[in-house]
Amino acid sequence: MRIATANETYRADEALLQTNVQWAWIGVLVVAMVAAPFMLNNYWLYLACLVAINVASATGLNILTGYTGLVSLGQGAFMAVGAYTVAWLETHIGTPFILNLVAAGGTAALVGILVGLPSLRVKGLYLAIATIGASIILQFIFLNWDGVTGGSRGMNVAPASIFGVQLTTYFQLYWVLTPIAALMVLGAANLFRTRVGRAFIAIRDRDISAEVLGIPLLRYKLLSFAISSFYAGIAGGLWAYFFRSVGPESFTIGESIFYLAAVIVGGMGSILGAIIGATFMTLVPEVLRFGVEAISPYVDNAGTLLSPVRTVVFGALIILFLVFEPQGLAEIVQRIRRFFHLWPFRN
Amino acid sequence: MSDFVFFLEICLAGLGSGALLALTALAFVLIYKATRVINLAVGEILMMGGYFFFTVAAGMSLSAWIAIPVAVAGGMAIGAVVERGVIRPMLGEDPISVFMVTVGLGSVLVGIVELVWGTDPRTLPDFMGTAPVFIGEAYVSRKIAISFAIAAVVIALFLTLFRFWRGGVALRATATDQAAAYSCGINVPGVFSLAWIISCGTAAGAGVLLGSIGGISPTMGAFGLSALVVVIVGGLDSVAGALIAGLFIGLLEALTGTYLGGEYKLVFTFGLLIMMLMIRPYGLFGTKEIERL
Repeated sequence: MRIATANETYRADEALLQTNVQWAWIGVLVVAMVAAPFMLNNYWLYLACLVAINVASATGLNILTGYTGLVSLGQGAFMAVGAYTVAWLETHIGTPFILNLVAAGGTAALVGILVGLPSLRVKGLYLAIATIGASIILQFIFLNWDGVTGGSRGMNVAPASIFGVQLTTYFQLYWVLTPIAALMVLGAANLFRTRVGRAFIAIRDRDISAEVLGIPLLRYKLLSFAISSFYAGIAGGLWAYFFRSVGPESFTIGESIFYLAAVIVGGMGSILGAIIGATFMTLVPEVLRFGVEAISPYVDNAGTLLSPVRTVVFGALIILFLVFEPQGLAEIVQRIRRFFHLWPFRN
Repeated sequence: MSDFVFFLEICLAGLGSGALLALTALAFVLIYKATRVINLAVGEILMMGGYFFFTVAAGMSLSAWIAIPVAVAGGMAIGAVVERGVIRPMLGEDPISVFMVTVGLGSVLVGIVELVWGTDPRTLPDFMGTAPVFIGEAYVSRKIAISFAIAAVVIALFLTLFRFWRGGVALRATATDQAAAYSCGINVPGVFSLAWIISCGTAAGAGVLLGSIGGISPTMGAFGLSALVVVIVGGLDSVAGALIAGLFIGLLEALTGTYLGGEYKLVFTFGLLIMMLMIRPYGLFGTKEIERL
């Protein structure tokens, strides 16, 4: 808890950014994000775009898992729904870019509501297992509904075009992906200042109590599934435009575990957490790549070590964070904030 | 007539793999009963069992009679280390967190296998012989028949142990009421360790059997997902449920795989899982949990 933060008005109390320091940090972040594409080379721009997509999807999962307390291992499958929607619309109808994305979000939201239906009977671990089951069934549909999804070959996606410009380079994509991701994060942050968002938090803290307070559980749980998979669908659509192809191998259970891990490592139920978590989990494999390249002169076939080492580190990160820092990276940030809040005095 | 024999053969093969599913499901149930943890890494521990056997039997070319105990002991050691190292510190935490720890553990184990043994699938050295077994007119693969027999013996042994052995009684007492078990002088943390050790040993043994039928690879942990469906359908805390649901799902997978095509197997099992969760979330034989404020 931070101390010495008395507010005099409700407006100030509810504000998204409460201190000037926070505004300053946001300013620094915006400047960095605008300057980034001019400073980074193509490889780092590719990573920056990937981070933007993953932040969007992790934020969506955080709404469902971190704020509503419904653990889902279906985020990858929802993203796949969005990606396939974009691919299909782009190939068969050729609707504009933004419309495709919204359609991707909408389709994923519908599927999300369907997958969320078991949540009226079960919760906790059982729900997590139900979402595993649902994503395996969705995987089967992607693989076998040849006419729409292209079966095992998958589909190619034409480059997105906005205002007549085709987005083919990472530089161009960055300017579209990052604002969309930022907009989605802003939306999520604001969601929890509204009635609906408060209801989600009440459900997470104790669902029976929330029901007693007059929150219709089923409606709000399904709404949470819908919003979360809407985010996943848009992220999946961006993913399709970014990689320009989508197939049944693109989104596996492993992908869903990745997003859940990102939310856990970042900090469940924290907007900042999903952002840091997704960034961290996207960049760690790249750091490992540098590590492996550094030892490659001394070790034979160091390149073949990369994938297994990534798998081990990925699992170890989940375990270590849950055991030693269950509140995630966001809690570490909070601790640093508290430390400097009244520095040099102790608080 | 031959159609009927064919059907019978499929059923027998299904029951054979069902017995392996039941054995793996038993590993889930044991841990859940004692510690209320769903261990999603059971599939990966099963895989480790297969690889331990491979190392001893093929790498050091020792006899299967040495390799099998080594594999089971290896599984037990993993169970002991994991319980003491990461599960014990998580006691009392949200079940979801513990579940995610086991998911992370699965990832670590897969990575270790890829580091040590590589990603290529391997076949285990044959130790069961290949002469087919006939039941009436129906042909059964010898490996499946032997696996079925071993699984049946092990499960029977477990049931006896739970009934009569002191450790088994302690385990059942802990499962029924932890606080009461404590106050009766039962070493509850010891029971937790015991459950993990036995369960992981069982999973490793099942891995040897499964590997000798279908070969081993870093992806064979997916078998754990089918076993997960078995425990949900049978009831997470029911040994009898694991047996019956294991045989049933083995049968279902064999029949859908043969008559509809291999790709339908998973759809049917997971469709069944979701239906079960909607209708009877606590499973066929599980205990219904009542939640109060």
